[in-house]
Amino acid sequence: MAGIPARLAWRRAVVLRHIQETPRVTSLVLDVPGWVGHRAGQHLDVRLTAEDGYQTERSYSIASAPARDTRVTLTVERLDDGEVSPYLTDVLRAGDELEVRGPIGGWFTWRPEEGGPLVLVAGGSGIAPLMAMIRQRAAVRSPVPVCLLYSSRAYEEIIYREELDRSAAADGDLMVAYTLTRSQPPGWRGYRRHIDRAMLDAVAWAPEERPLVFVCGPTPLVESVATTCVELGYAPERVKTERFGPTGGET
Amino acid sequence: MSDLSDRSDEPRRLDGNAAAGVLEEIFTFEVTSAQGTCAGCGQTAPLGALLLYGGEMGIVLRCPACERVELRIARHGGQDGRYWIDMRGMTTLRVVPIIPA
Repeated sequence: MAGIPARLAWRRAVVLRHIQETPRVTSLVLDVPGWVGHRAGQHLDVRLTAEDGYQTERSYSIASAPARDTRVTLTVERLDDGEVSPYLTDVLRAGDELEVRGPIGGWFTWRPEEGGPLVLVAGGSGIAPLMAMIRQRAAVRSPVPVCLLYSSRAYEEIIYREELDRSAAADGDLMVAYTLTRSQPPGWRGYRRHIDRAMLDAVAWAPEERPLVFVCGPTPLVESVATTCVELGYAPERVKTERFGPTGGET
Repeated sequence: MSDLSDRSDEPRRLDGNAAAGVLEEIFTFEVTSAQGTCAGCGQTAPLGALLLYGGEMGIVLRCPACERVELRIARHGGQDGRYWIDMRGMTTLRVVPIIPA
């Protein structure tokens, strides 16, 4: 239809790659013809149509850095009772098509020219939009210091772990702190509890440095961290939040 | 991560970011960055930061400070359906024109 902005028109994307990130989480690299580009933090809407015409839509954060091409990576957590995620994680394979539109959203976003420092706080698959920020910062060689505090239930559920460890080892301005809330491997030296005030106080850039704070994860984590940030003295207008749907348990 | 078609019966609280798609369908610009002022307590917040309660019938966005309903969207019908938007709970909506990314 004429007059619909390109990003709102449904279009057919092709799955280029299917990456098993963790036992429950899959990344899909899509080629989206006519993609207009995105900002780190934005979403892609996915629409599935059943044979009887029933349609359902979901919104997924884009995990890839903005680029000049038409490739977009989504990271999807499989929800056992989900209508859409099991199809995306278990059924779709390279070469398959998928109906999408986007980019969607604009408040929970970061552009390198907005500067920092950045405090990124993730719970579970809430890491996805923050990863787009980390990847973009690396791609454009932004000097903005980043501190990521990332909560997962168990070691094998840390999404992008190798990439994060590699990036942090190579970049003195990228600090990554993990916390594992449910189980820890032998010899684990990271945190082992839910993100709390003491952890933020110890890990994150101080409020006096006026960081931009992005918090993404399950609702309880997001609300608790956002409240704590304001108590610690971070400027409320510099704390941005995004609540994710169920993750199959607390992170 | 959810939207109008979410079928969960349990009321779940997300935020305005999850309504970005439907808001943009209606207003045709990126609305989650626009600042809404609550008619109840006067707090101004970006729509992305409002609390979202949604179900198959529609969505409700509440003020993050006082939880008053600021915006209600109901969807009627299928493909040729309409949206009904109730904004009584929002005194103003401040919009800065955004050049698409």
